Amino acid sequence: MLHLDFVEQVKLLDRFNNKTTTGTLYLTATHLIFVESNVPGAHEIWILHHHIASVEKLSLTTSGCPLLIQCRNFRVVHFVVPRERDCHDVYSSLLRLLRPVSYDELYAFSYNPKQNEQQREVGWQLIDLTAEFERLGLPCDQWQLSDVNRDYKVCETYPRDLYVPITASKPIIVGSSKFRSKGRFPVLTYFYQEKKAAVCRCSQPLSGFSARCLEDEHMLQAISKANHNSRFVYVMDTRPKLNALANRAAGKGYENEDNYSNIRFQFVGIENIHVMRASLQKLLEVVGTRSLSVNDYLLGLESSGWLRHIKAIVDAAIFLTKAVTVEGASVLVHCSDGWDRTAQVCALGALLMDPYYRTLKGFMVLIEKEWISFGHKFADRCDQLDGDPREVSPVFTQFLDCVWQLMEQFPQAFEFSEWFLIQLHEHVHSCQFGNFLGNSQRQREELQLKDRTYSLWAHLLSEQHNYLNPVYSPSFAERHPVLEPSTQPWNFKFWRNMYHQFDRTMHPRQSILKHTLTLKESNSKLEDTAHTLQAKLQTLGVSTSPLELHSWSREHRLPPRPQSLILGAPLSRKEAQQEEEVLGEEALEDAPDGNGGERTVEGSSATENGYGELQSSFSSKNEPAMVSLEFGVARMTC
Amino acid sequence: MEFAELIKTPRVDGVVLHRPFLPTVEGTLCLTGHHLILSSRQDNTEELWLLHANIDAIEKRFIGSLGTIIVKCKDLRIIQLDIPGMEECLNIANSIEALSTLDSVSLMYPFFYRPMFEVIEDGWNLFLPEEAFKELESMTDEWRLSEVNKDFSICPSYPALVTVPKDIDDDSLCKAATFRHGGRFPVLSYYHKKNGMVIMRASQPLTGTSGRRCKEDEKLINATLRAGKRGYIIDTRTIAVAQQAKARGGGFEQEANYPQWRRIHKAIERTNILQESLIKIVEACNDHSNSMDRWLSKLEASNWQSQVKEILTTACLAAQCIDREGASVLVHGTEGTDSTLQVTSLAQIILEPACRTVRGFQALVEREWLQAGHPFQQRCAQSAYSNEKLRSEAPVFLLFLDCVWQILRQFPCSFQFNEHFLVMLFEHTYASQFGTFLGTTAAERVKLKLSQKTVSLWSWVNRPQELERFLNPLYEPNSLVIWPSVAPQSLLLWEGVFLRWNRSTKCLDEAYEEMVHIIEYNKELQLKVNSLRRQLAELETEDALPQTP
Repeated sequence: MLHLDFVEQVKLLDRFNNKTTTGTLYLTATHLIFVESNVPGAHEIWILHHHIASVEKLSLTTSGCPLLIQCRNFRVVHFVVPRERDCHDVYSSLLRLLRPVSYDELYAFSYNPKQNEQQREVGWQLIDLTAEFERLGLPCDQWQLSDVNRDYKVCETYPRDLYVPITASKPIIVGSSKFRSKGRFPVLTYFYQEKKAAVCRCSQPLSGFSARCLEDEHMLQAISKANHNSRFVYVMDTRPKLNALANRAAGKGYENEDNYSNIRFQFVGIENIHVMRASLQKLLEVVGTRSLSVNDYLLGLESSGWLRHIKAIVDAAIFLTKAVTVEGASVLVHCSDGWDRTAQVCALGALLMDPYYRTLKGFMVLIEKEWISFGHKFADRCDQLDGDPREVSPVFTQFLDCVWQLMEQFPQAFEFSEWFLIQLHEHVHSCQFGNFLGNSQRQREELQLKDRTYSLWAHLLSEQHNYLNPVYSPSFAERHPVLEPSTQPWNFKFWRNMYHQFDRTMHPRQSILKHTLTLKESNSKLEDTAHTLQAKLQTLGVSTSPLELHSWSREHRLPPRPQSLILGAPLSRKEAQQEEEVLGEEALEDAPDGNGGERTVEGSSATENGYGELQSSFSSKNEPAMVSLEFGVARMTC
Repeated sequence: MEFAELIKTPRVDGVVLHRPFLPTVEGTLCLTGHHLILSSRQDNTEELWLLHANIDAIEKRFIGSLGTIIVKCKDLRIIQLDIPGMEECLNIANSIEALSTLDSVSLMYPFFYRPMFEVIEDGWNLFLPEEAFKELESMTDEWRLSEVNKDFSICPSYPALVTVPKDIDDDSLCKAATFRHGGRFPVLSYYHKKNGMVIMRASQPLTGTSGRRCKEDEKLINATLRAGKRGYIIDTRTIAVAQQAKARGGGFEQEANYPQWRRIHKAIERTNILQESLIKIVEACNDHSNSMDRWLSKLEASNWQSQVKEILTTACLAAQCIDREGASVLVHGTEGTDSTLQVTSLAQIILEPACRTVRGFQALVEREWLQAGHPFQQRCAQSAYSNEKLRSEAPVFLLFLDCVWQILRQFPCSFQFNEHFLVMLFEHTYASQFGTFLGTTAAERVKLKLSQKTVSLWSWVNRPQELERFLNPLYEPNSLVIWPSVAPQSLLLWEGVFLRWNRSTKCLDEAYEEMVHIIEYNKELQLKVNSLRRQLAELETEDALPQTP
């Protein structure tokens, strides 16, 4: 099928400095693999075809034909293939491989983690949304489970099980759904039991300039009536007002407050998928620049608008949270179709309101509910199949980014660390597991994913020790059931560990997160050892004091904290080991005169950091023409 | 002069104090010669104890007879005092203004401060040049300690003792001094044990437009090169600035006269530009109405992060020459008292693990900043809020600390001290009860008899009770050279200084406490397990039990 299996003598160029590695490039049905040659314990790069966003053949150079590959997980690799024909072969093979046209071609359908059918089934049952709604106290005296969408007849992008006010009869639901884009009528997505306030979601009404729908008005009335704490329901249109206005011309639009007497209408101004796509593209362009100056970086951050968009989403989630938890009002959230911005805001709002979603499993439930079941179009947005590039957008990435921003402000609030978020991002694009395939639940059922693929949740839970946040505190959740983040602009930061996850030189060489996580794991092992030893001593007739370590005094005067506890996180444990191996090599290569004792400690290399490669050293050349400094401005002829 | 003359109203009742993220306090305001004190009447505790020297600027406002004084401090904190009575308020404001701008060094608080603790280890005697030289002698015999400047006449800003190449006599030093700005002839700054390469520092050579040269100067720096080796001269100024300096009698080393050296120009900004940068970044951080875009654009316009990057890059370059190229380095800018010291001291942090310990860092500050003649008193006379005309204020040392913090963030386990230690040093350079940062040169410090009349900061810091707060729980000695990343994505805003008073750090502090707890608990568990093992082993050998362990 392929013209070739491997190409030798391929050079891998680091994108931020002049470092090159030579190795062999292998092309398999699922991966592109680069193996460094002639090095014991060689460095390997595995790139899943689904992760490849673009392949570019650059113009021929003296050393060969350059191939630039950009991945959806923000890896950028630059190969130089010695022979142009080989390069072209790799290029055209990749082009074919990275544009699957049918779901059957996706990795998930061939991936086999060596589990039996029963394990597979158990894996798919780990996250159960019925149990989640039960946890929320549903159904209750005001909200019921409706079977109106049992066969996806009313709305094919919604899940089968939907919770609606008890007073919303079937005709009202059906009538309302006909007045909403794609039939996405208002349904409950989160219930704040303390105030009996509901978060509901839907798509925009087909109001045009003057159309109205009594059933839809009844629907909102029913939502309002279901909450005795508030006389009105907030309607949050997450779009900028201008966009909503423009939609009216197309027979869509937003709720007219005159027709819905019991609502308070609010725009929150999150931009659409096209703006977000362009924003990320611009951001990646800026941070991918070699020898980037601080000012170009900051100006680029600003002009990309990325952090502005992130802040807009967090602002919207805070608005939602305050309305629900402080005012006790129910809120109806929508955008245009109700599957992008609406998912972002509802999910982030729920995360702020409910500590359960800040646990590892709770976060899975949240994603399963707000994103997967309510039909965020993962297939389109993540470009799983060769489709319309205008449908691709980093909506889910933005959500993860928002969560990370919250983690930075509340380091103890989340059971998981940013490694978990990065791993999620990896698999939303990997198509290795069935969870995120397709655009809706209905489609997933048609694809028989539960029988033909494996669940990511089972996989992640099986290695959850990698993703735990060592400083997570359940008591923090008791003290702060509702998170109230600050929205001062300086709290919104560029997420280096996500967007530069493969650019090793940019990260701290020592990771506090990794360090603390290791110690925490070691602590539980030590506790076990101590118990075993005590038991042994007891059998020998020695009574030891029980293992009551006088815990470290909390009255300690507090040393100041480093600004963030999340520093430099390798992608996964495996990756982390690879990192260390590489660092080990680095140190080895750096160690002077084979001074082996120094190698175990993490160091780093000067040449990689690119502040000036003194290209010509005096000892080798008599008259160096130039001292070239890559990062420094000095470029002078001596 | 009596301080009493400046204090018309020494005491006002019913003053309300507003501070960011703290509840307001009502109490009695007292003015003393050196302090502004507010104690709440409830429980007799002092809520505020502020050195006048820490006050950078004040603003007065009146609404009816209620006066308000906004006090802006050099540590960047802003507090507000509501004072009933217009006259009282005016008196207080005038007193604060007068007391916070006293020009005479001998009236400064360190001369009046009496420590409440017993000085066990006198910081004034901790870091003597003789001691440092003894250490150097144990590694090499190529250097000697010269007393040529013992009466500070050859170079007023150098200490009495300097380390110079062994083969260069004092006469040559005197001649070389005449060829360097302010007499700052090349002296040893750092000896890299691993390969014997050195960092030297000086000021610019006085070549002028005529291209003057000085054989002794050439001989002096060539004497530091091993046979057949060459070195790098890092001029912290751009070539354009260095060229302009010629017109004022300064200049740079001509290739023809220094054939064994290669010159590299960098672009570390001059002091007044750095001060502007500080003012702008502080303004940006204190503005709570910024949109995302305005915040980023103000951050960019302040250029602060650019200064950090340029200084770090230059230091890394110097370190790279030493460690990678195996070449010695001479660093200078114009006067050799600012950017030069930033570069030489940061290079040592990168290269020398000892500088990353508490004592080593203190020694570095003592050696490369205090002894080396960084004019702390001039540079730190005013901070970011002052409305006074700027003289020679500049956050040169703060930028150095910021750079150290950046490296600390990238190598969080390689430093024995923590961020708070750096913040504490920043505070004490601007206002302190200790004499350490008073004066501008070693000579002046001798004249002021600081070591007899004031307490050293180090005497206080090194007390175990104080030191504990400044120790990094993650520290594990790292004997490697640590190369920081200078990519803009790797450099962060030093929130611990610039956002310190603008945000609540409760959640971050608690998380840090939890991390410390995990580390401490691990140590405890290890001790416990070891002792149990020992106990078990002893029993087993004693009783010679047949069981296998």
